[in-house]
Amino acid sequence: MVEVILFAVFGTVAIAGALTVILARNPIYSALGLMATMFSLSVFYIMHLAHFVAAIQIIVYTGAVMTLFLFVIMLIGVDRTEDTAEQLPNQRRIVIGLGLTIAITTVVLTVGQNFKWVTAPGSGPVNWDANADATNGTIQAVGRVLFGADTAERTAGWALPFEAVSLLLIVAAVGAIALAFFRPLRKVGPSPVEDE
Amino acid sequence: MDWWDVLLVVVRVVGVFALLMTVTVLLVWIERKLVADMQNRLGPMRAGPHGVLQTVADGLKLFFKEQITPAKSEFLIYMLAPALSVITAFLMFLVVPFARPFDITLGGQVRSFTFQAMDLNISVLYVLAISSIAVYAVVLAGWSSGSKYPLLGGVRATAQAISYEAAMGLSLVALIMFIAVQNRGGDVMSMASIVDFQAGTYGATEGFLSFLNPIITRVPKWFILPQVIPFIIFATAGVAETNRAPFDLVEAEQELVAGFHTEYSGMRFAMFFLAEYINMFTMSALMVTLFFGGWGGPFLDTIALNVGPWLASVVSFGYFMAKVFVFLFLFIWIRASFPRLRYDQLMDLGWKRLIPGALLWLVASSLALAIRQFGLPWT
Repeated sequence: MVEVILFAVFGTVAIAGALTVILARNPIYSALGLMATMFSLSVFYIMHLAHFVAAIQIIVYTGAVMTLFLFVIMLIGVDRTEDTAEQLPNQRRIVIGLGLTIAITTVVLTVGQNFKWVTAPGSGPVNWDANADATNGTIQAVGRVLFGADTAERTAGWALPFEAVSLLLIVAAVGAIALAFFRPLRKVGPSPVEDE
Repeated sequence: MDWWDVLLVVVRVVGVFALLMTVTVLLVWIERKLVADMQNRLGPMRAGPHGVLQTVADGLKLFFKEQITPAKSEFLIYMLAPALSVITAFLMFLVVPFARPFDITLGGQVRSFTFQAMDLNISVLYVLAISSIAVYAVVLAGWSSGSKYPLLGGVRATAQAISYEAAMGLSLVALIMFIAVQNRGGDVMSMASIVDFQAGTYGATEGFLSFLNPIITRVPKWFILPQVIPFIIFATAGVAETNRAPFDLVEAEQELVAGFHTEYSGMRFAMFFLAEYINMFTMSALMVTLFFGGWGGPFLDTIALNVGPWLASVVSFGYFMAKVFVFLFLFIWIRASFPRLRYDQLMDLGWKRLIPGALLWLVASSLALAIRQFGLPWT
């Protein structure tokens, strides 16, 4: 019962936040909407007993990422009027096409009974062991799965994929720094580098 | 889970609320008196003996003051920001245990009455999460005031919070790893367990250091001794997170009038004020809990056996408050002694000192733990 109430409340908050992101005229309100959505997601994680992921969700996304967003918006200045002209060619057509595809797929899956709603623990396709759930998403459980502590061979864990993803993230960060720092020199006008 | 449990939760939450309010009233007075002493003046003297009621008078005054709303403010967020700052301040203290739990029989069932609003298995992460939300109050207050100086304060708060959160989190990683290796299978992120792990004294050692055993076996098993560097980093980041001097660029009076709360008055200002002092208390309480044994102290078990568990709880609360007030004194002392950091110094300290320091310590500490467990790689 508590789960249903929590889901109703935070589901509404999540959707309202998501709508705010795209509908708000002021970018600060959009950022706050995104923050509300991410906070609600962490509540859903807790409801699924993934405590560790919930905490990380708040620390990383609600905390660090959104703070950076706000920082950037404030630095750039929030008084800029939004330019509503389309910048990307064919964007409208592509969006409509994608939307239709998703809608048709959903209808087909739902009508064809391939898509089951999970309404309560044990009722859906999710294998939910009600007795073992207390340790599903705790830090210890995540660590054991990550390093394959419960499997016979050491390589069965997710440590290697995890490190590969972190390498990818580092490449992305280095790429961002490289893009920001090493701009091609402008040919028109004196640039600060040439002055030295 | 029956009604007694619900009642106990309500009692605990109300108790924490009362504790925090009382501490704030006292702390404001103590800070003013201490800073006055350090600056060779008297401080508040009129309201009550030695001005002890000054905070109450100030609070009443703020309560009845007009709440000014700037015309250019974003009203909704302008209202939300002070509330958010107080809410996060109260939320953060909920996981801190402040006295020894005792068993109590209610409704024909023995229950453990813990002096802690809730104990989470992710308490340490919870603290980091709430402190990362707390910065929104400052940022949003600065932005929504629709005024230049508060906005500058808000931008500074963002940069400062991002830098020092990272250092704080990294310093705790090494500590948690240490705890996890020492207490295999324990609930290493629960604050109550962390206090339990620090009970007792160090065991006698063998080998060439054994002549120190009479001393070692009397030293309490607090995590400060093996983890000094994380403590220093955590304490520094803690002062920065609470926006206290010398890290109070967010409200630098000489540059930004009053920073993010320039445009706030009356109760809304009082809420920021309240939140700052609660955060100070919570930070000190966290340092005590994580590194200095929490409410632990000598004779607690003896008292519980011979007199009664309730007296042990009272005495342990005394220990806790005594330790916390040492750190609160440190907070105030630092404020009275150090000049404010420049912005670039603040960033240098965060990114070039604390974070690399925390990372180095993390590597060194994990190497030491691994060698202790598996032996040297070449043997």
